Amino acid sequence: MKIILNIWRQKNATSAGKMVRYEMPNVSEHMSFLEMIDVLNEELTKKGEDPVAFEHDCREGICGCCGFMIDGIPHGPQRGTTVCQLHMRHYKDGDEVWLEPFRAKAFPVIKDLMVDRSAFDRIISSGGYISINTGSAPDGNNLPVIKKCSDQAMDSASCIGCGACVASCPNASASLFVSAKITHLGQLPQGQAERDRRAMRMVLKMTEEGFGYCTNTGECEAVCPKGIKIENIARMHRDYIKASVLYREESKAGGAG
Amino acid sequence: MALNLDSKIPSGPIEQKWDKAKFDMKLVNPSNKRKYNVIVVGSGLAGGAAAASMGELGYNVKCFCFQDSPRRAHSIAAQGGVNAAKSYPNDGDSIYRLFYDTIKGGDFRAREADVWRLAQVSNNIIDQCVAQGVPFAREYGGVLANRSFGGAQVSRTFYARGQTGQQLLLGAYQALERQIDAGTVKMFYRSEMLDLIVIDGRARGIITRDLVTGAVDVHVADAVVLGTGGYGNAFFLSTNAKGCNTTAIWRAYKKGAGFGNPCFTQIHPTCIPQSGDYQSKLTLMSESLRNDGRIWVPKKKNDTRPANTIPEDERDYYLERRYPAFGNLCPRDIASRAAKICCDEGYGVGPGGKGVYLDFAESIGRLGRKTIEERYGNLFEIYERITGDDPYAEPMRIYPAVHYTMGGLWVDYNLQSTIPGLFVLGEANFSDHGANRLGASALMQGLADGYFVIPYTMGNYLAQVKPGGVDANHPECRAAKDAVDARTKKFLSIQGKKTVDEIHRELGKVMWEDCGMARNAAGLDRAIKRIPEIREEFWNNVKIPGSGAELNQSLERAGRVADFLELGELMCRDARTREESCGGHFREEYQTPEGEALRDDEKFCHAAVWEYQGDNKEPVRNIEPLAFEHVHLAQRNYK
Ligand SMILES: Cc1cc2nc3c(=O)[nH]c(=O)nc-3n(C[C@H](O)[C@H](O)[C@H](O)COP(=O)(O)OP(=O)(O)OC[C@H]3O[C@@H](n4cnc5c(N)ncnc54)[C@H](O)[C@@H]3O)c2cc1C
Ligand code: SF4
Ligand code: FES
Repeated sequence: MKIILNIWRQKNATSAGKMVRYEMPNVSEHMSFLEMIDVLNEELTKKGEDPVAFEHDCREGICGCCGFMIDGIPHGPQRGTTVCQLHMRHYKDGDEVWLEPFRAKAFPVIKDLMVDRSAFDRIISSGGYISINTGSAPDGNNLPVIKKCSDQAMDSASCIGCGACVASCPNASASLFVSAKITHLGQLPQGQAERDRRAMRMVLKMTEEGFGYCTNTGECEAVCPKGIKIENIARMHRDYIKASVLYREESKAGGAG
Repeated sequence: MALNLDSKIPSGPIEQKWDKAKFDMKLVNPSNKRKYNVIVVGSGLAGGAAAASMGELGYNVKCFCFQDSPRRAHSIAAQGGVNAAKSYPNDGDSIYRLFYDTIKGGDFRAREADVWRLAQVSNNIIDQCVAQGVPFAREYGGVLANRSFGGAQVSRTFYARGQTGQQLLLGAYQALERQIDAGTVKMFYRSEMLDLIVIDGRARGIITRDLVTGAVDVHVADAVVLGTGGYGNAFFLSTNAKGCNTTAIWRAYKKGAGFGNPCFTQIHPTCIPQSGDYQSKLTLMSESLRNDGRIWVPKKKNDTRPANTIPEDERDYYLERRYPAFGNLCPRDIASRAAKICCDEGYGVGPGGKGVYLDFAESIGRLGRKTIEERYGNLFEIYERITGDDPYAEPMRIYPAVHYTMGGLWVDYNLQSTIPGLFVLGEANFSDHGANRLGASALMQGLADGYFVIPYTMGNYLAQVKPGGVDANHPECRAAKDAVDARTKKFLSIQGKKTVDEIHRELGKVMWEDCGMARNAAGLDRAIKRIPEIREEFWNNVKIPGSGAELNQSLERAGRVADFLELGELMCRDARTREESCGGHFREEYQTPEGEALRDDEKFCHAAVWEYQGDNKEPVRNIEPLAFEHVHLAQRNYK
């Protein structure tokens, strides 16, 4: 089948970008969307033109590398699907599609369809962990975890950090991403000791990195390829409010010894 | 100069070796630790765990990955689970049994002492990960759940749905981010190691390229750790992520590190078959599917009838027929080869006859669709997404694909390569899995190396060297940087006619045909002749657009493929000289009358360790003999 691609081309972070039109006359229905761009890139390379830069690695929907806008939707039209898992059998001959990078202040464009999502790492670094040094853990079964909590923690932990939630949000908020981590760790007994600190620090960091506030538009949940639920955000708000009342940075003074 | 292959196995009974080794190790004074700089290349389970743990100890760590975040390392894609000898289900497991299974599964080509340690620390891994908040599957009573995996006869596999690698990696990643926040680890993402710096015989740093700006930098340190993953992408098509590469270990090999058993490759039996020439990678279907799926082909050659119309008595359930005791659960290498034989003989199904059926009809009938959906729902969905077919209604089509490389840089018991100060962890080293890896044991090995081995052995090394003493202006650093710059320039100056991927696919085809599931002398000789020709073509006819001073994905791939083009030849040489069959290495000349792998323990009970001699010179094959004192050398029998 024939597919017409309109792709955002931008040489680097500082240059201006524009849409460029490419015709793909021979797309197989069995191809993945990214394989179609691979084919385009092979042709561009042979013509001596710059291939389209896009992020990808695992190509099976788990690493979170891939992600751009297809016709205005992060990861494209199929629900619960990353770009790399999207196959061309969902398109028909003659379709025209528009590809753009994720747009958010906190995700500057690097080139073409690639953006810088390192703000996500910095948010995790601010408190998205349980402080336990290697070697000091008790036996795994010393701490039973209610199956329901463990399952819910797993639901939230399956976030792949792709950034689609931010790209879909009119406020470019990272609330779904941040709340997924807060919920994952907050559901587990291991995560209780640092729960206030975690909420406090991660939420503040999110704002500091230039992400917007959540106004409950629900776009994020609709595009999240891993089905992360918006109820995580409610939980984050609860934890944050509680923490803003109760939390104090811990005393640095150690016991004399 | 022959390589020094002293394995440094501690003396004493096997179950006490690691404790003894730990006690004998020299320690670095706590206040001195921050004076030592350690480079960790890789942020997967191995590298991520190592960087975090060494940061916690107080060393000054720099960690590197080529993706945009350490959380994206290929470990993230592992589905099935991680083994440990906890024996929570009380079904007869023990450290001894895990050790035994791993040695035997590896077809007696791994070091006993190392494998024992792996089994021993496997239990600490689970404890550590639970404490980090890894949401392992649980029973209703709240305790950890286990399942049997990859043909093991005990339930020792811990899992987090079908996303175990993801959850373990996120645990390591969070520990790493915590150290980044604490200032003990500095993370360099989108940064690719392009060479190793060796000064006075010691690994002292690396050269990197910033993949966004193109800047080439020198990083010096007191020791270097590589946790850079496997090289299965030498075959172009594999289940590995697109970026997986050999560059880091290959550069180290060319700087003097011995390369152990490069030809030991694991071909996984249950992958989705290729659908066209544009195919960019292959997708693994977790082998847990073999617990309830039955594998078969039609009894008639070139049978094109739809699967469901083929009557029961015209189907050959060949694994159940050939291996009645293990049936569909026999080890990976055996299942893969059996599928290949069926397809080669003309019984294969689907396009090009490159596929066999994995059929759930019987178990859906027995257990109900709902149970099957609960067990494998996500896998069935992946299958349907990719193929457009519904596996509840018709059998899946599967075919083997390259999945894992047991070979890698040779390391001693301390995980140190033949270059002092260069340590290698995880899939990048050659240890532990011998000639075949068992399911759910790569995650175990990566984390064992990273959390529980290197923090000790690194301390022992550093305690014996003075910190610092070289900087980026050292002549060796400059020379290494100049060489990287020159190579980039060379790549960009060729401006030929073929793309990097076209050449990579050609290499992949040769590797798959002549160094894949079944190998023979004639095929390997052909490949050893053909690969240098492809390499020649690459260096004269590749086309890489753009410049080196910007983000240039073609240039990144070119560097990786150039290294694969050299490694591929070494893999073939290794396969050629190992004149026996063992594990995943099947030489057609060496098989039993029933067609099973036939080891030659007289001549080949050793690791082959290759030593670089210069470009276009034949490398030297050294050996490390292997002794089996606790598991008796026996032919594997899964009948
Ligand atoms: C689809 C799939 C499923 C699997 N399932 C299982 C399973 O269920 N159980 C199991 O035990 N094993 C499984 N495995 C195997 C297992 O996942 C891997 O062997 C293991 O995760 C490798 O970990 P690693 O840390 O050694 O390397 P990786 O996770 O591959 O990490 C490599 C790191 O090195 C970096 N790197 C590489 N080269 C460079 C360079 N030149 N410069 C800078 N950085 C570099 C990368 O950025 C990355 O951070 C599976 C493998 C695949 C492909
Ligand atoms: S919450 Fe969903 S959309 Fe947002 S980063 Fe995680 S996986 Fe992606
Ligand atoms: S490439 Fe990994 S999620 Fe799409």
